[in-house]
Amino acid sequence: MLKVENIQVYYGMIHAIKGVSFEVNEGEVIALIGANGAGKTTILHTITGLVAPKSGHVLFEGKDLTKIPAHKIVYLGMAHVPEGRRIFQQLTVLENLKLGAFSITDKVQIEKNLNYVYMHFPRLAERKNQVAGTLSGGEQQMLAMGRALMSNPKIILMDEPSMGLSPLLVNEIFKIISEVSKDGTTVLLVEQNAKKALSIADRAYVLETGNIVMEGKASELLDNPRIRAAYLGE
Amino acid sequence: MSSFFSYLIAGISLGGIYALIALGYTMVYGIAKMLNFAHGDVIMIGGYVAFTAISTMQQPVWIAVPCAIIACILLGVVIEKVAYKPLRSATPLAVLITAIGVSYLLQNVALLIFGSQARNFTSVVPDDFSVSLGSINISGETVVTILASVAIMVALTLFVNHTKSGKAMQAVSEDRGAAQLMGINVNRTISLTFAIGSALAGVASVLLCSTYPQISPYTGAMPGIKAFTAAVFGGIGSIPGAMIGGVVLGVIENLSKAYISSELSDAIVFAVLIIVLLVKPTGLLGKKINEKV
Repeated sequence: MLKVENIQVYYGMIHAIKGVSFEVNEGEVIALIGANGAGKTTILHTITGLVAPKSGHVLFEGKDLTKIPAHKIVYLGMAHVPEGRRIFQQLTVLENLKLGAFSITDKVQIEKNLNYVYMHFPRLAERKNQVAGTLSGGEQQMLAMGRALMSNPKIILMDEPSMGLSPLLVNEIFKIISEVSKDGTTVLLVEQNAKKALSIADRAYVLETGNIVMEGKASELLDNPRIRAAYLGE
Repeated sequence: MSSFFSYLIAGISLGGIYALIALGYTMVYGIAKMLNFAHGDVIMIGGYVAFTAISTMQQPVWIAVPCAIIACILLGVVIEKVAYKPLRSATPLAVLITAIGVSYLLQNVALLIFGSQARNFTSVVPDDFSVSLGSINISGETVVTILASVAIMVALTLFVNHTKSGKAMQAVSEDRGAAQLMGINVNRTISLTFAIGSALAGVASVLLCSTYPQISPYTGAMPGIKAFTAAVFGGIGSIPGAMIGGVVLGVIENLSKAYISSELSDAIVFAVLIIVLLVKPTGLLGKKINEKV
């Protein structure tokens, strides 16, 4: 479904991504784990066109996303929950969700998606008229995820959904990610919280300073002694 | 007392013009994050288009005014495409200097075509539009300016808050990258913003030249700076802020002209700006800028 082929990304002189390739199949939950600064966010930004790679390709259902402007990618069925949520702080919850459905013109479909989001995040329904900037961190993460789901995506890219949240909220967010996956949405998850990410993923790739150093089934990586030492703190 | 009211109403009318111009500054700043210092000169060009249509080509007002507005829209969109768009990722200083350059370019083009001498502008408002309220006489220009500014501000507020394009503008002004992820075409949104701002400038140009019936290549410069002041005063980036800032500024300017000194009125306007910024650095309705983590 999604195939990243040997992408190289530079920020000025800094070689941030040094030839990364990986693949996401339909229906999978794929985790991309690695330390801070490994290049995880840059990879997601390259996929959705916010950053242009120096070389390499990103193929989504056969189309090369590196040749498509960023604002057209959501129309292909790919949604991105960016790092730090980046919700529209001055707008209300409902206005944020409606912007999430910007790519959809059918009002009935938008209403359906809204009900789907409210079903997974009842808190957002309660606060729909509240200004988004006044939500708690956990609620803002829910809003960012809900906003992405409003576009009816085939695949959803999530960047550090656990960042800055309490363990209780992290569990709740990951439970919802599993549910979204069960509903048929493919998930590409970028996480520093490797333990949590591996617990819900099918497969995972381990990223270190711009290179993929390991890949495999999530359950096997969870048992791998090197992973346990480096990422699970054991 | 009646003279106070007539000064006040004339001030509101002048403020309405400032508000229309200030909206162009504030919307472009909010969405493109740049100060378009050529905005005042777009007004001057709009004035010359109306002048040419009315005085040289003997066209009726209902043709001259739309011509001025359309000319301003085209000019604004072309300036954005040619001068500002290539600098989208340049430093703010480079964009600012470019904007000042465009401002001088427009002034000098007008100098070349029309000469430096000020020309008399025939008001677009018929004489019988004036209104008498008791002992107060309100000129037709004042009546039309106030009505037009109010109508435009209401329409603009509805557009920004209740249409998909308006919501897209708000999204782009808050977070360009996140807006793109929603499927919003940032370049098109910026063009639309320039088009709307320039259309308002076109309306302002006709109203301004009708109220002060002269036009020269420098006609746009001072109102442009004052309207920019109004936008900062109200909180740059805020649409209601520009409206309030414009009207307040116009009233202060007119009342100081009437009761203090016409030479000092501009100085008083800028002094008030400085005081407001000392007390509230973001302007009256300015948003606190949240640093991105």
